Amino acid sequence: MNIEDRLLAGDKIACARLISMLENNEKEAEEILKKLYHKTGKAYIIGVTGSPGAGKSTLTEKMAKKLREEGKKIGILAIDPTSPFTGGAILGDRIRMTDLSLDEGVFIRSMGTRGNLGGLSKATSSAIKVLDIFGCDYIFVETVGVGQSEIDIVKMADTVLMVLVPNMGDDIQAIKAGTMEIADVFAINKSDLDGADKTKLEIEMNLDLNENKDFRPKVVKVSAIKNKDIDTLLEAIFEHRDYQMKTGNYEKRRINNAKQELLDLAKEDLINLIMKKAVENDFLNTLVNEVYTRKKDPYTAKEELLNLLLN
Amino acid sequence: MNRPIRVLVAKPGLDGHDRGAKVIARALRDAGMEVIYTGLRQTPEQIVEAAIQEDVDVVAMSILSGAHNTLFPKVVNLLKERGVTDRLIVGGGVIPDDDIPFLIQSGVEAIFTPGTSTKDVVEFITTHVKRQ
Ligand code: B12
Ligand SMILES: Nc1nc2c(ncn2[C@@H]2O[C@H](COP(=O)(O)OP(=O)(O)OP(=O)(O)O)[C@@H](O)[C@H]2O)c(=O)[nH]1
Ligand SMILES: [Mg+2]
Repeated sequence: MNIEDRLLAGDKIACARLISMLENNEKEAEEILKKLYHKTGKAYIIGVTGSPGAGKSTLTEKMAKKLREEGKKIGILAIDPTSPFTGGAILGDRIRMTDLSLDEGVFIRSMGTRGNLGGLSKATSSAIKVLDIFGCDYIFVETVGVGQSEIDIVKMADTVLMVLVPNMGDDIQAIKAGTMEIADVFAINKSDLDGADKTKLEIEMNLDLNENKDFRPKVVKVSAIKNKDIDTLLEAIFEHRDYQMKTGNYEKRRINNAKQELLDLAKEDLINLIMKKAVENDFLNTLVNEVYTRKKDPYTAKEELLNLLLN
Repeated sequence: MNRPIRVLVAKPGLDGHDRGAKVIARALRDAGMEVIYTGLRQTPEQIVEAAIQEDVDVVAMSILSGAHNTLFPKVVNLLKERGVTDRLIVGGGVIPDDDIPFLIQSGVEAIFTPGTSTKDVVEFITTHVKRQ
């Protein structure tokens, strides 16, 4: 059997292989996704983001376990940073998910960012498709711990869960500045520790300032480690899902995500195309040199670069 | 190879000695590999399942408890049963020299004992990895 048929038959080895091929930019993998794309769109995609060590992995394990009780098939993609210096990575999210490791209905894959900014890897959106075709009902995508710019998850997820912890001090400022807006649900994890109520209050106060938003995110205190209030958290996620379904926002979001993906893909190929032409006859270097010596301005140079595509 | 080698670093059995595994994990990362660390106390079944889902090129196991003669071959055999035969399997830890021939014969391709330089481990993996 070929890899497509094996994937459709639920073979984990094929599923894993196809994700690697996509990570490695193998052309054959893209061809397979072209053929199977029509089968995607069924899974509900939950982004799990938040600061490093907030408990994203532990919480994901607990949520997945709960959904397994209803017989749902679960996919988990856990992204960790690749070292920009060596290209290597230690992918450690799996350590927190060992309870799921022998569950037939769960597929967990760790991915390095491989130089991609934005908190995900370039192959993440393709890997989501693979798990969707594989038949997962829910796909959790754990991003690298966020600072302020790692918000690409919003382009792929149906619901973004932001995981915070008590006593974040200044960290909460950082989150306010950049990433608060992308959250559809907040989890205050580690609420077995002191200070969870205060953090919840701080978030709620922030949300009060955002009155123009039509949906107000729920803020749920949980303890992943004690397996406490995981149901309440899932309910909040489903409430967001149902709200989106009811208002048509779900469709709007998915259309927007499809547009983003299309443009991102095109952007990448466009640059490659330009680069291919621009290195001929040392055109790019000549251009760069002219800009550097002020013989040409960068705006004209850019136009000349783009003109390469037209002839 | 113009992609990172993927390695599962695993601690089978009830052995709590994890320094060696962590040293190896870090060294492999610094050599440009993607290392999936499973944490302590993994059963052979869990290791095999993780190796499959993570699609690793290398399964690297560390044992200091003395249970190597049962656990290492178990992992090799379970992988075979799943039809997975194109991965490099290596082991390390406190392992008496006398046990090494048996382990090699069971399908573990190299055993690294205390005092091993991580450079040697990196080199062995880079030159013996089976998939391109
Ligand atoms: C430190 C240590 C501990 C620490 C562990 C801390 C930790 N988190 O790791 C503590 C104090 C907790 C501990 C406890 C115990 N220990 Co202890 N411990 C040691 C000691 C002194 C050093 C181990 C170590 O960390 N070395 C440093 C690391 C970097 O080296 P390494 O693990 O050997 O790894 C290197 C190589 O072996 C190789 N390698 C290792 N794994 C792998 C994997 C791969 C894939 C590759 C490629 C290479 C590789 O590369 C590494 C770099 O060179 C050893 C004795 C010794 N000299 O080895 C005993 C030893 C391992 N412990 C032993 C025992 C008996 C115990 C206890 C049962 C004691 C007790 N009765 O309570 C407990 C059990 C703990 C448990 N839960 O399993 C025995 C094991 C006997 C056996 N195998 O038959 C030893 C050998 C001591 C002895 N001579 O009796 N221990
Ligand atoms: N007290 C407490 N500790 C927790 C809780 N949930 C997770 N932890 C601990 O927090 C640490 C980090 O947990 P992870 O699940 O790895 O956190 P993460 O956000 O996935 O971390 P990164 O992926 O490294 O950013 C671990 O030591 C967990 O055991 C909780 O509810 N309460
Ligand atoms: Mg994590």
